[in-house]
Amino acid sequence: MSDTHAQSVGYVQRSQIPPSPPPATEAGAVRWVRENLFSSTANAIMTLLGLLAIYHLAVWALPWILNGVWNADSLSECREILDGARGACFAVIAERWNQLLFGFKYPSTEYWRPTLAFVLLLVSASPVLFSKLPRQLLVLTALYPFVGFWLIWGGSIWVPVFALLGIVAGYYAFKQLERQSFAMGLIGAVVAAALFWWVTGFVIPDLSRIIPISLPEVPSRDMGGFMLNLILGTVCISLSLPIGIVLALGRRSQMPLIKWICVIFIEFIRGVPLITLLFVANVVLAYFLPPGSNFDLILRVIIMITMFASAYIAEVIRGGLAALPKGQYEAADSLGLDYPQAMRLIILPQALKISIPGIVNVAVGLFKDTTLVSVISMFDMVGMIRGPILASTDWNGVYWELFIFAALLFFIVCYNISQYSQWLERQLDTGHKR
Amino acid sequence: MKKSVFLGALTVAGLAAGAAAAATLDDVKARGTLNCGVSTGLAGFSAPNANGEWEGFDVAVCRAVATAVLGDPNAVEFVPTTGKTRFTALASGEIDMLARNTTWTLSRDADLKFTFIGVNYYDGQGFITPKALGVSSAKELDGATVCIQTGTTTELNLADFFRVNNISYEPVPIETNAEAQQQYLAGACDVYTTDASGLAATRATFETPTDHVILPEIISKEPLGPLVRHGDSEWGDVVRWSLNAMIAAEELGVTSANVEEMSSSTTDNPEINRLLGTEGNLGEMLGLEADWAKNIIMQVGNYGEVFEANIGESTPIGLARGLNAQWTDGGLLYAPPFR
Repeated sequence: MSDTHAQSVGYVQRSQIPPSPPPATEAGAVRWVRENLFSSTANAIMTLLGLLAIYHLAVWALPWILNGVWNADSLSECREILDGARGACFAVIAERWNQLLFGFKYPSTEYWRPTLAFVLLLVSASPVLFSKLPRQLLVLTALYPFVGFWLIWGGSIWVPVFALLGIVAGYYAFKQLERQSFAMGLIGAVVAAALFWWVTGFVIPDLSRIIPISLPEVPSRDMGGFMLNLILGTVCISLSLPIGIVLALGRRSQMPLIKWICVIFIEFIRGVPLITLLFVANVVLAYFLPPGSNFDLILRVIIMITMFASAYIAEVIRGGLAALPKGQYEAADSLGLDYPQAMRLIILPQALKISIPGIVNVAVGLFKDTTLVSVISMFDMVGMIRGPILASTDWNGVYWELFIFAALLFFIVCYNISQYSQWLERQLDTGHKR
Repeated sequence: MKKSVFLGALTVAGLAAGAAAAATLDDVKARGTLNCGVSTGLAGFSAPNANGEWEGFDVAVCRAVATAVLGDPNAVEFVPTTGKTRFTALASGEIDMLARNTTWTLSRDADLKFTFIGVNYYDGQGFITPKALGVSSAKELDGATVCIQTGTTTELNLADFFRVNNISYEPVPIETNAEAQQQYLAGACDVYTTDASGLAATRATFETPTDHVILPEIISKEPLGPLVRHGDSEWGDVVRWSLNAMIAAEELGVTSANVEEMSSSTTDNPEINRLLGTEGNLGEMLGLEADWAKNIIMQVGNYGEVFEANIGESTPIGLARGLNAQWTDGGLLYAPPFR
């Protein structure tokens, strides 16, 4: 009996054998490299070529960056310090960073204001961007345009305060009249706000004398640098979104007049290059306006860029509207919702969700297009580089360092916008996968 | 009928507006600042420095006019203009005068309806070449490769010059000045040609400027000067004589250092007395204070001082006076008499 057992005992495993490690070639980094970089002869050759290219690039660029001179007063001094060695002259950025960021005329004692405005922009934009934050924070967002305006342009605090109160007055008028109809509410709101501003227009100068709370005023002409790009980008994108929605809805309207106005506007703007519109803003408008009148140049440019962007955004949103199944429109109708309600509650939330990638695409493109204002002699980031800095006798001849710096700033902003939009798409991806 | 009446009224209103806008001198005085159009940036001629103050040779003309009218060289609102926006800015009244190295041509004078009030810099197309090439005159450039900006008058001037001298060349077309610098330094061409002041500014940015030589030949005329709108001759006079005062002061030996002393009492030279306002009433004729020219010289400097400070041989730009010397020194600067 024991014999039978004695024979089988050798074959019975009483405890589990610990898993043996995979062969060295099939584990960890080695496996990753084998699978991803050297999986076939062709891949191996490509990998080696790639490494070679990276090596050459590093050999070429790294000494240039590491040898960089950060402390010099002019290009010739940079060259003296380098003494024949290859190296970048980052001293130009060290000396002119404030001009690159704020333009050359923004008073240096006031730099904290646009900086604070930028930080506040991030804070007050977050409740809009991240829906998980408490909704009460939207108050900050609503207040921001006025705070931001006051911080950047300065002047008496009563101007933005009364502008805000005018909007509040318009909102209450809208609430009163909304029950009659949406359109009536809208008209009432506009009238109430305009009336409020007209009346308070007489009060502001006196009030500013009695209770003088003000920051030193900075005229638009003194704005410049990356600040100008950010102002133009932020303002124009946030304005063009609502206008774009209205245009998109207008283009799909069944009322011929509204439809044709929207079609003509969109097609005209899309058919004209942005640079042409900017020239119109800068040059042609000056002929039509009475001599001596000084219609703010930044405002003119903002209007033109906004028109341009809203035409594009309108087309993107129209694509979203067209992509919705007809059943959604019919469902809204069958629930007895009127047009504004149907749009606000059912159609637009879905259509805008579909449109996010397109809208972000327009926004990123628009933000980069703001550098075009350098052609109409505004000193944005690129304008500062091409104009004053490269023309100064100290820094004439420094190209790479400055443009790399500009590219870096633009990349940071644009990359973050696109990362956000991808995150948002994942968040909103509640529909069924097809 | 009604329509024509309306149009007529519009015309009258337009003319009235034009007439009201014509008295630029009064406008400037009332405003307290001079709106002066300058380049968005041209080395030595106009560029803001690290503190944001405008500096340069063209900028000095603006400051001189502001000093003559308002007594303060800083009472200037500099309006940066590009090559594309400069003329509309002037025509639309956004600026009172333009000092942006603009070449005086007949069509700009007559067709665009501007008045060039003089020449503050006589420029012309020149050549730069490496010293190692051993060329001392443009006429020795037979068979050379020449970097040239396409679509400019420099291209045509170049063709003319080589044809007249019966020598051949090979053009290397390039787009911008920055590209030209790179191509030239990389040895893609033996010679680079553009305006001489531009060549000097370009050479100043080279790592070893002394290895390159600007050839003596100037093959085109580019008189650069400030300009004002047609239709306000009084204002044109003020700008013209502000520039002339700077030129005449150099000729008469009045500098920012000695102007105080010279104007404290009447000197032996009646022309200096008239210029500085210690004799006669030239300022009053222009609608300015009697000491307008004295203020210019004291606060901005005479032509020679401004030239030396911004683009002269002691600066990185390093331009010689050349054509821009006084007529007494063999140049073209010739201010009409202050009388």
